[in-house]
Amino acid sequence: MIPLSWYLIFAAALFCIGLYGALARRNSVAIIMGIELMLNAVNINLVAFWRYITPGILAGQVFAIIVFAVAASEAAVGLALIISIYRQRSTVIAEDIDLMKW
Amino acid sequence: MTVLQLIFLLTAATTLASGMMVVASPNLVHAALWLIMALAGVTVFFVLLEAGFLAVVQVAVYIGAIAILIIFAVMLTRHVAADSQSQVTRGWWLAALASLLLFGGLLAMLTQIPTLTAGAPVLPGNPDDIVRDLGQSLVSLDQYVLPFETASVLLLAALIGAIVIALPPKAAGAEGGEP
Repeated sequence: MIPLSWYLIFAAALFCIGLYGALARRNSVAIIMGIELMLNAVNINLVAFWRYITPGILAGQVFAIIVFAVAASEAAVGLALIISIYRQRSTVIAEDIDLMKW
Repeated sequence: MTVLQLIFLLTAATTLASGMMVVASPNLVHAALWLIMALAGVTVFFVLLEAGFLAVVQVAVYIGAIAILIIFAVMLTRHVAADSQSQVTRGWWLAALASLLLFGGLLAMLTQIPTLTAGAPVLPGNPDDIVRDLGQSLVSLDQYVLPFETASVLLLAALIGAIVIALPPKAAGAEGGEP
């Protein structure tokens, strides 16, 4: 028997690791990797709440599927942006991409 | 300690260690491979939670598509990624502090809720019917057809947007006809 709190604590740890990756890495691709980790932690939370709290209602799983779609779109557009920026400015370091910085 | 708990703890340890390697590895190709390991660990959690369809989608979409896309992006920007400069920002300790504070806060909150220690309830009905019910609820008019179709429009928009953004500047000018 696995208590729900184990899943929540694990997801919190994975989310915080992803948050550190998204905040601290300089390479844009590494930032996207951190964001993917965070989205995975969110998905685990959604599915765990579905399984433990409302197993009769499928809203939790449907929500997780929508998160999958959003994550796929985010990765596709984000990596296209990085390729485009790399082509024009020859860098993927987040600090050097300051064109729109005020 | 039951077998399921042992599987949970082993998978959690593997996934968290892989996640650490994703954010700590100086070589981005290695980080992407560790990311695949972490995503596979999350798949095991979906199986433990009896969400079989999501486990399959996790393998197909995350490991099959997103991880490969990320590896492509790493390869295309390789000689920048492999430079000897530091891989973390100057304020990395602030990021670590924020992450640790968030985790500490979440941990303190989660350990104070007594109802979270209960086990999982028995799934109503046959577990094999869940995938069928899920598929029907996604296209049923009085359930989730609207978010489902919105997600498909979002995917289409992202597909077109990604192609337009990644087009070479010359090709974009020639095909779009814009001055």
